[in-house]
Amino acid sequence: MSYIGIIITFVFINNFILTQFLGLCPFIGVSKNVESAVGMGFAVTFVMALASIASWVIYHYVLIPLDIVFLQTISFILVIAALVQFVELVIQKISPALYKALGIFLPLITTNCAVLGIALINVRNDYNALESFIAGIAAGLGFLLAILLMSTIRVKLDSEWIPKPFRGIPIAFITGGLMALAFMAFDNALLNNLLG
Amino acid sequence: MLKEFTKGFIKENPVFIIVLGLCPALGVSTKVVNSIGMGAGVIFVLLGSNIFVSLLKNFIPEKVRIPAYIVIIASFVTIVEMVMEAFIPALYDSLGVFVPLIVVNCVILGRAEAFANKNTVKASILDALGMGLGFTLALIIIALVREVFGLGTITLFPIGNFNGVIEIPGLIDSPVRVFALAAGALLVMGFLKALFTWIEDIRRVKQ
Repeated sequence: MSYIGIIITFVFINNFILTQFLGLCPFIGVSKNVESAVGMGFAVTFVMALASIASWVIYHYVLIPLDIVFLQTISFILVIAALVQFVELVIQKISPALYKALGIFLPLITTNCAVLGIALINVRNDYNALESFIAGIAAGLGFLLAILLMSTIRVKLDSEWIPKPFRGIPIAFITGGLMALAFMAFDNALLNNLLG
Repeated sequence: MLKEFTKGFIKENPVFIIVLGLCPALGVSTKVVNSIGMGAGVIFVLLGSNIFVSLLKNFIPEKVRIPAYIVIIASFVTIVEMVMEAFIPALYDSLGVFVPLIVVNCVILGRAEAFANKNTVKASILDALGMGLGFTLALIIIALVREVFGLGTITLFPIGNFNGVIEIPGLIDSPVRVFALAAGALLVMGFLKALFTWIEDIRRVKQ
């Protein structure tokens, strides 16, 4: 598949949150205001791009040569945990301002299904290094798009009257469901029309 | 002791009350059989990780406890993956990427951190069984709503002459397709969560 195809697929058609249900916890938990949603979105995109590359290297240069592909899940989650720790240290050293903005989200990212999800999906789709990297960024941007839209809607929802049992998390899910309905407009037919 | 077992069903249900483990709860709940399979996998991993975390709680240094828990959990997930792929390949295929993703199911890490590293092995086993069954129950409820309305069927395991699919008359011919789609999962989850909040409120008022 072409690179543009991969980007459109992961940002819109297979949006990680709205069609694959990966990364729902931060989508519901961290979308109460726009600022933290954007921070989380960028942090996830950054880690997903790095994790895609790192897991590709581990898979093709360690797991396959040693014939231990069955250790895929363990090795990927350890790589991601180490990567998140490393990114946290580097950001803290290089840019305290960025650390202040993203710092609190980074520990949460280790257990974000989206990051391990993209590493596993890249392997399943047999992507090469560049395709994996692009898929990682695109899936991260899809996450950013969904969580940003969600947070702007939730800010508006704050000033509306909502039946008591629906306040908080339930209305967030229903909003997400309506967004997912809208995203159904993006399907493979659209991709075929765009790319011929 | 029995309270550790039953609290996971309703009072501290991991999906509907604590709102953890959402990705698999929505991702696999298109068919009842997938929910049962996923639930079984989670119960096994939760049981294994709770037992080991509880046994090793005095040996794992405080600072590296989270990575240590993740390694324990990932080992059990790998076992589940291999067993499922070998013995029930159809289920393994339909659960797809969500089987390895049990590693990052917050319910499991959450129980290790919040319960197993402070309690005895026996209490941890009960806690794991209760929470695991509560998680499975929640998945089955979501899947029932989605499958009955979205496909007009209830899919269970095939036994003997019974092919495993119960057809609901009326709905099988013209199901409400949106329930089976991604959007339906989020909507159903929203309404079920509201229902549980409402029940909780009524119970609190009564007390």
